[in-house]
Amino acid sequence: METLAFQGVVGLSMAMYLWLISAGLTIIFGVLGVINFAHGSLFMLGAYLAFTFYGLLGWNFWLAIILSLAGTAVVGWVMERFFLRYLYGVDEAYQLLLTFGFILILDDAVKMIWGGVFRIPDIPAFLEGHWSVFGRPFPVYNAFIIAAGIVVGIVLWLGFERTWWGRTVRATASDREMANAIGVNVPRVFSGVFMLGAMLAALGGALGTPVRVVSPGLGAAMIIQAFVITVIGGLGNLKGAFVGSLIVGVLSAYGTLLFPVFELALIYLIMAVVLLVRPQGLFAR
Amino acid sequence: MGEGPVASPGRRRIVTPGRSAIGGLVLALLLLPLVGGQYAQYVAIQVLILSLFALGFNILFGYTGLLSFGQAGFYAVGAYGCAKLLLLTPSLLFGVVGGTLLAGAAALVLGVLCIRHTRIYFSMLTLAFGMMIFSMALKWRDFTGGDDGLVGIPRAPLEIPGLVSVSMASMGRYYYFVLAVSLVAIAIAYRLVHSPLGLTFQGIRDSEGRMAFTGVSVRTYRLIAFVIAGLYAGLAGALLPALENTVTPPVAHWTTSADPVLATLLGGIQAFAGPIVGAFLYFMIKDVIVRFTEYWLIWLGIIVVVLVMGFRGGVVSLATARWRVHRPGREGA
Repeated sequence: METLAFQGVVGLSMAMYLWLISAGLTIIFGVLGVINFAHGSLFMLGAYLAFTFYGLLGWNFWLAIILSLAGTAVVGWVMERFFLRYLYGVDEAYQLLLTFGFILILDDAVKMIWGGVFRIPDIPAFLEGHWSVFGRPFPVYNAFIIAAGIVVGIVLWLGFERTWWGRTVRATASDREMANAIGVNVPRVFSGVFMLGAMLAALGGALGTPVRVVSPGLGAAMIIQAFVITVIGGLGNLKGAFVGSLIVGVLSAYGTLLFPVFELALIYLIMAVVLLVRPQGLFAR
Repeated sequence: MGEGPVASPGRRRIVTPGRSAIGGLVLALLLLPLVGGQYAQYVAIQVLILSLFALGFNILFGYTGLLSFGQAGFYAVGAYGCAKLLLLTPSLLFGVVGGTLLAGAAALVLGVLCIRHTRIYFSMLTLAFGMMIFSMALKWRDFTGGDDGLVGIPRAPLEIPGLVSVSMASMGRYYYFVLAVSLVAIAIAYRLVHSPLGLTFQGIRDSEGRMAFTGVSVRTYRLIAFVIAGLYAGLAGALLPALENTVTPPVAHWTTSADPVLATLLGGIQAFAGPIVGAFLYFMIKDVIVRFTEYWLIWLGIIVVVLVMGFRGGVVSLATARWRVHRPGREGA
């Protein structure tokens, strides 16, 4: 019983980590209508940047995270401003293919710069140690990730629902032409949203570095997880992505415990079933 | 690009190379073992396998308008199916035909579900099913060998009971087998694409509604295209185990699904020969760049980005556009 409860908490920290990645993917799809295949690679880039500033150069943990977000945002800006922007008018298959091209570029660039080896930096001192949860040691760092996920969720919700900027973005998402007609600078909103999405991916990567192995294959693995979540929650649905992250995170925590053989397949099965039965996502209004 | 950028994966007349060019190419392929060594034959087999893989993919994407990101699933069913059969009975024909049919059956079952959607949802659904097959290859240890995959697969002799038994031990023999199978499969695909069936596919791609009005069951034809793509992916996969002697889970991973996508994009979506030319280019790019740097994927990525940004017709349409300029009398579109 305690094992089950504990595994639930483990799943929760996994879920928050997945939430950070899928939030960015969801926002970009919701506003731009683009499935960003390279989102996992941006996540990986964020992880490597944070690792460099914090793990290699030994700079301040928070500074390293901020710098990694900024660096990834710049890469995201270049992708949107100079490439994606010219493809909004053509078939969406080409947008997928373009972002796939970016996976190849980013993954190999990461290998060129950082080498193909696995890396794990130390956990910052103030987040080290364990708490006792249900009689078991639970890393403080995982609790920190849970908190970070919740904070990001609240900030995004307030940002989109309660600010002028959020209203502008929502207006653009629901009707580009009309937003343009009433004076919204749509291209700038698109760039901004893409950068925000890239930053969220980088945040997931940066926060994950001390607990997850950083390796060049990270992007390809993460993007599929993020796809599963955004599909379950409904493409472009932020609340759905949050609940989807909880489902996938908790499920894989219990899955590895209860039925390790089918855990992986089960997640894709859920994705397929949701697409077939409720393609708009489980949590569509 | 004779007519400016293409707005959708299609709408352009399908172009085909001249007969003499095909004859010359086939001759060159037949003579390859005489000039090239083991390595050249090995690469040529890989090019042929990717050609078949991409050709089937393009019947689904270029002709019918459905972008699948799960073709590696059927490729893996073909590969694992053939490997299992070869381990059971050492007969190459049995293994290859069996693997292909298994993949076709899998495509039929999953296709019924996948063709319920189009566009991005179709891509996501095929991705989900493809990754489900990957999970099984990775985790169903008793059947697939898990991480290690299936090993020690024999390159069994080509046996037709009561008739012949040809050893396939040398790379040259196997090369000719793969070449023969590929040429037949390519010819069949060519006939299919230029038959009323192929025209129906293109009609569905360009105007689903109008095709439905003419009494065509759009879903049935989408399913047929899906199964054809699955069969070709399966055939391509089934040719793999005898070449490599092992089959491992990465053949089913979604990154493998991207290979036919890249090959087709390189060669050109609008041309029948596009995927074949693209498969050749894919390995040439790899082979040339790897001589200078191990980071060849970054260059492939740059090429993909350039193609998507500026040359969505691929290399074949560039070549034919030029050809048309030189011989304006032959222009059809």
